[in-house]
Amino acid sequence: MANDSGEKPETKMLDELEKGPWPSFVKEIKSAGQTSASAQDLLRQLELSYQEKKGHWKHGGLVGVLGYGGGVIGRYSDAGDQFPKVAQFHTLRVNQPAGWFYTSDAIRTLCDIWERHGSGLTNMHGSTGDLILLGTGTAELEPTFQELAQAGFDLGGSGSAFRTPSCCVGMARCEWACYDAMKLCYDLTMAYQDEMHRPPFPYKFKVKCAACPNDCVAAIARADLSIIGTWKDEIQVDESAVNEYASAGLNLQKDVCDLCPSKCMAWDGHKLSIENHECVRCMHCINVMPKALRPGKERGAVIMIGGKAPIMQGALLSSVLVPFVPAEELMDTLKELIRRIWDFWDEYGNNRERVGELIQRVGLPVFLDGIGLDPVPEMVSAPRDNPYIYFQVAKDGEK
Amino acid sequence: MTDTTSVPIEILAEEMYQLVADCAGKKNLKPGDLTKEMIAKHGPACSKDDCKKALRILIDSSRCVYSYLGGTYIQLPPKPGSEI
Ligand code: HEM
Ligand code: HEM
Ligand code: SF4
Ligand code: SF4
Repeated sequence: MANDSGEKPETKMLDELEKGPWPSFVKEIKSAGQTSASAQDLLRQLELSYQEKKGHWKHGGLVGVLGYGGGVIGRYSDAGDQFPKVAQFHTLRVNQPAGWFYTSDAIRTLCDIWERHGSGLTNMHGSTGDLILLGTGTAELEPTFQELAQAGFDLGGSGSAFRTPSCCVGMARCEWACYDAMKLCYDLTMAYQDEMHRPPFPYKFKVKCAACPNDCVAAIARADLSIIGTWKDEIQVDESAVNEYASAGLNLQKDVCDLCPSKCMAWDGHKLSIENHECVRCMHCINVMPKALRPGKERGAVIMIGGKAPIMQGALLSSVLVPFVPAEELMDTLKELIRRIWDFWDEYGNNRERVGELIQRVGLPVFLDGIGLDPVPEMVSAPRDNPYIYFQVAKDGEK
Repeated sequence: MTDTTSVPIEILAEEMYQLVADCAGKKNLKPGDLTKEMIAKHGPACSKDDCKKALRILIDSSRCVYSYLGGTYIQLPPKPGSEI
């Protein structure tokens, strides 16, 4: 879009945000403003907001392109007469490639499309994981979508939908990956296209895949369903490498053993011993001594449920649903589990109630019963946290 | 579906459309509300999957649209000229 408004925006207050050594979104929007009139009006409206201490965006209404119930976030200015180029300033969510790997060609293609059809401003990436294209008018939505589709991209999820799944870089770059998070993320994305583009649920449903307990996608705090890589057997130890760390000055007692949350490690000055049955797979020791320790060989993932950020009710961390699924069984297990969870949530979930809130409302035992899982000790986040779950030794003849 | 006892998808779509039209301006319906309503009405003669297909007919023909009001709802298309 050409700059047809003549004058450069007056941005006294915003200019403050260009000072200092750190990156500045004001600087970036100004740079986009050299070729984009809507980026200029964006600056003008933002400057007004800073002066008045008042936001000027309205949202809601429009949600997608033809046939889609998500992927576009409708955004309108309530000062559209003053700033006509941002009167409609909708956001598109574009489904990112698993692990956020692009060729530079793909990025150029995306940016070219967006300069032709929108403000040129992007957010790589949004907290949903999607590639975010910021700001265009209603009439540009279909043409943008057509060009994106031609380039091999599709919109992501929004609204009460299966949201665009995301994952860590996993096996592509990381030696700690306990399963192929990128493949799982891609397979899940393809398996639930319908639920992503045609929102069928009481509210949003997010799935995130982290290939080890470091959880670089923060699945545990954000996803309704987290798939976090872990191992079942023993941490692999290279003893000579342990001793190299010690002679290089690492204080194994203070910095490794004392910080192990389950206090299951001991260092006698020569040998590191780990009581693996007490290890809670927190990754601390492995992170400190990556050359000496690594996850075990029997790898897979723990499936957790119920995380969410603080909108509506407060924030929730996920709880364990299935303590360990071998890597090769993950997709089949997930498909069955997701089906049962969605059936239960569909049936009993209130309007705008995330699955974690539903579980809090009806109680974990009722939820487990509803989806046909037996309680196991790993589901208890702290001893006696919930006095209503009892564990009994199975009698003879029982499972 | 070949099962002769099931309600045809087109009929479901029509009934869902009526619901949305009757509730317009009074009550906002989610996709799940429509499904529950149809299943309550027809019992085993209609499945969740049938309802999904019926909804798709309404959306793809633009007789209804998805809309966002904090969550996702099904509404009649906005009248030309109205913004949100
Ligand atoms: C020296 C006196 C007492 C001691 C050392 C004692 C100790 C305990 C302990 C260790 C528990 C288990 C807590 C847990 O599982 O988290 C408990 C639970 C309980 N105690 Fe006592 N207690 C004493 C007196 C009493 C008295 C006098 C009453 C009632 C009049 C009482 C009522 C209860 C109840 C209702 C529970 C809860 C049981 C449950 O929900 O599982 N206790 N007590
Ligand atoms: C109508 C009377 C009572 C009712 C309905 C009642 C109900 C309950 C309930 C539902 C709990 C479980 C709470 C939870 O898990 O968070 C509980 C726990 C407990 N109640 Fe009562 N209670 C009554 C009277 C009493 C009295 C008179 C005492 C002591 C003199 C008492 C002592 C306790 C104790 C110690 C617990 C411990 C819970 C724990 O930490 O596991 N209760 N009661
Ligand atoms: S979550 Fe684990 S496997 Fe994934 S990138 Fe982070 S450290 Fe590596
Ligand atoms: S992974 Fe964590 S819990 Fe396990 S031994 Fe290492 S520090 Fe301890």
